[in-house]
Parts: sequence; C-alpha cells; structure tokens
Amino acid sequence: MDLLSDFFLAKAAFIGIVFAITLGIAAYSTYFERKIAAFMQDRIGPDRAGPFGILQPLADAVKMFMKEDFIPANSNKWLFIAGPCLSMLTALMTSAVVPFGDTVTIGGVTFDLQGIDVNIGILWVFGIVSLGVYGILIGGWASNNKYSLLGAIRAASQNISYELAMGLAIIAILLFSGSLSTKAIVEGQQNGHWNIFYQPLGFIIFLICAFAECNRTPFDLPECETELIGGYHTEYSSMKLGFYLFAEYINMFISGAVMATLYFGGYDYPGIDFVTAQFGNNIAVFVGMGALIGKALLFVFVFMWVRWTLPRFRYDQLMGLGWATLIPLSMYNVVVTAFGILIGKPFTAGIVGVVLLIGGLLIHDQLFVKKKIA
Amino acid sequence: MAISNIWYFLSGLTLLSALMVVLAKNPIHSVLYLVFTFFCISGHYVLLNAQFLMAVNIIVYAGAIMVLFLFVIMMFDLKKNQPESKSSLTKLAGSVVAGTLLVLFVALLRKNNLPAPSEFNFKSQTGMVETLGKILYTEYLLPFELISILFFVAMVGAVMLGKREAGERNF
Repeated sequence: MDLLSDFFLAKAAFIGIVFAITLGIAAYSTYFERKIAAFMQDRIGPDRAGPFGILQPLADAVKMFMKEDFIPANSNKWLFIAGPCLSMLTALMTSAVVPFGDTVTIGGVTFDLQGIDVNIGILWVFGIVSLGVYGILIGGWASNNKYSLLGAIRAASQNISYELAMGLAIIAILLFSGSLSTKAIVEGQQNGHWNIFYQPLGFIIFLICAFAECNRTPFDLPECETELIGGYHTEYSSMKLGFYLFAEYINMFISGAVMATLYFGGYDYPGIDFVTAQFGNNIAVFVGMGALIGKALLFVFVFMWVRWTLPRFRYDQLMGLGWATLIPLSMYNVVVTAFGILIGKPFTAGIVGVVLLIGGLLIHDQLFVKKKIA
Repeated sequence: MAISNIWYFLSGLTLLSALMVVLAKNPIHSVLYLVFTFFCISGHYVLLNAQFLMAVNIIVYAGAIMVLFLFVIMMFDLKKNQPESKSSLTKLAGSVVAGTLLVLFVALLRKNNLPAPSEFNFKSQTGMVETLGKILYTEYLLPFELISILFFVAMVGAVMLGKREAGERNF
C-alpha cells in the first residue's frame, strides 16, 4: 500500500471535504435550532452577532474556548478528557460509508463520492452507532458525580434497547437490496423507487430509534435537566462540553444522511436523466450530492421540530416503547416485507401490512381496552 | 508499509492491551482495555479479509456486551468492593501454573508443524458475507439452527427471571 498514491490522496481529500461539510452544518445547526425554537415560541431568537445573528455560531465557539476548562478534583482525569473526544470520534466515523454521490470523472480520473465502499456498509453504521454510547458512559462515570453517572447509565440502557428495533428495521431494507453495501442499497432505489414507499412502517421505526440513539428530545433522558441537573455532562465546561453538544448535532446530520440513504433514495432526485443529458454526468452527480445533503438537512429540521413540539418521555415509558412496542412492530414489519417479496408484490404488501396493523389495533382497542368513564 | 509490518504492530498492540486487562488496578480501565483488545482483534479480521466478522465482532462484543460490563461495574462502589490482595504463595502457584501452560502451548505449536496455506488454493472471498451466509445455511445448517434455539431459550429464560411476579412491589 503506497501512502502517497493518487487513490489515497483523493480519498483523503474527499474525507476532509465531508468532515468540513459535516462540521459546518453541525455548527450552523446550533444557530438554526435556536432560530426555529424562537419561531415556534413566537420570539426573535439570536440576532446580535452579524446580520440576522448569522455569526452566532462563531461567537459561541469563541465563548466555549474562552471559558475555564475545569476538571473536578476527584474525577478520573484521563477518562474525563477521553469522554468528549470519543463522542466526537464516533460521531464523525459514520460518514465514511454514506454514499454522497455516484462516480465523477475529473481530468480523466474517476472518483467515487464515498469514503469507503465496503460490502458491509450498513453494518459499519450499526457498529459505530453502538459504540457511540462509550463517550457518554465514560464521561459520565469519570465525572465522579451521581447525576452524571445516572445520566450515563440511562444513555447506555437506552441505546442498547433501541439498537434492537433499529437492527430489525434495517433487516427489512436488506431484504430488498440483497446486499449490506450502502452503495448497493442506494442503487436499488434509483429512478424514484425509494424504500419509503415500500417500507413506511420500517421508516417510522427507524426514525424513532434515530431520535433515541441521538439522545434527542423526546428521548433526551440522559441529560434530562428536570431530574438530573445536566445528566452526563453536568461536570463539563468549556470546549469539552462543546464537544458533547457538537457531537449531538453531528449525529443528527449523519443520521439524517443515513435515513436519506436507506429510505429516500440517497443521491437520487427527480429529473436526474434530464440534468445528465443537459449538463453532463459530473454536474448531475454533484446535484445529487446536494440532494442528499438537502434530504439530510430536512431530517435535521424534523429533529428540531419534534424537540420544540413534544415533551420528554418518562423513563419507564421510554423502555416500554422500545421493548414492548417497537421490537414487536419491527418483527411484524420484517415478516410482512418478506411475505411481500415472496409473492412478488412488495408495494401492496407494505400498504396492506400497515392497514392490517391499524385495523387490528382498532379492533383490539374496542374489544379489550376499558373505556374511561368521563 | 508492508502488510506484515502492520500485522506485527497490531499483534503487539493486541497482546499489550490484553495484558493490561489483567494488570490494570481499576476495573473500569480493565474493561476499556478489553474493548481496545476487541478492536485489535477486529483489525486482524480486516487483515484476513473477513470484514463481516470484523463488523459483527465490534457490534456484538464492543458495542453490546462490553457496554453491559461497564454498566454493571459502574454500579459497584469500587472503594468498598476491592478484592483483597492474594498471599504470595497463591501468586507463586499462579505464575508456576501459567508458565507451565505457556511452555506447553509453545511446545505444542512447535511439534505440530501447521501446514502453511498455499497461495494457489487461497480464496480471497472466503470471509465475505455471501460466502459465509451460503456456508452457514447449507453445510452448517443444523448447528446454526440449534444455536439459534439455544439463544432463544436463553432469552426467554432471562425475560422470565426479570419478570415481576404477581403481588410484588411495583416501584
């Protein structure tokens, strides 16, 4: 392996660009989070730094760096520092397998707009997501604070519980693609055959699990300030706290990109043939990259929308939803999908499956749930 | 950089972190070294071109089982539950047994000249998901199904043990 080959340099440059885009979007997500919150609560939101407050993320970053970097006396120093670093690391690693576009040809050399096209792509995502909890666990324990520890423990059990339903939702996708490679999953959805039409139930399950895995409201119990002060980052200050918060925004963007890849056709967009014919392949591919990022940003908006709309769950409700509702639902989804593929009508089977589910729930409610007497 | 150099580096790292699992005083550090050991082993799987095993190793061991280990150890009061130091006789006996075992293993490996894999029969696709799945669902179907039944039984047992019995306090 030659470390200075063109291939290696091209990959390194591409990964650098993806990191820059991810970090830039994460920084501006903080600004838009506050703007959207302000809009929903009929306020103005940040408007002091620059026009429309557009420099607010920069001001925040400067503030974070300038604050005192405090390490509690009885904490485990190295693990205390390692916690936020691990959070950032795992948040950024997932983007390696997201296919941002098809191949482009620049100067006679063909580039693949994907970090690594491994044949286990989606398992890589799943693995890194399951590692994401280490940063929170280690940071929470090393703080030597009961509230931090409780937050860390909540995060661990929540992530493990929701990974199961997420894995089962992914299995239904794999039944369609017949491959674990994210590239193959996207290629199977080209020309508008997006998985969302075949997998509405699977998508909802995946979305809920993504909320839980990102520790976003309504599942942000690890940092539940009404019960745990600040949860796992109670003892953190300065840029270490910034890293934790930043990792959450990166996770939101990346999970949006993964959802777009799995359910919304990845870099596919309507009129791709027209653009290719008019402006050539390269432009069409870069527009596709923009389409993927746009879809991911749409999901980031959904994350914020839900955060400022729904109240937080209670912890036992969270566990009940994960284990008693989402896992049986996703198993049902896998069976319906497999049956649909077996009879060769996946679209009809998906719709019929949802209708049967809703009908069954209504009948169950009528028969077995006692009505409250008003 | 040659592949064999990466192999030596990775093996050294694996052995070092595995040793640290045993030598670390703090149980949390032990668990974290164990997680790191699993990563090193996953690296070995990548070198063997077995990407599926690498991913599953990380998901199952580093991602799930080790999180549960950490979870349980964090619940302990580490200051109260320090294991008492063993007497020097126990330590001596332990090192004699371990040393003998090591010598035995080395002798075994040297006696049994394991056949080197030939370059002509080597299939680079052996570790890929497709090959692995086909082998599991044809040649090793019965053991595979039996293991899944075993897991299922264990799961049902765990749920039964964790279930709240009638009349028990509801927290």
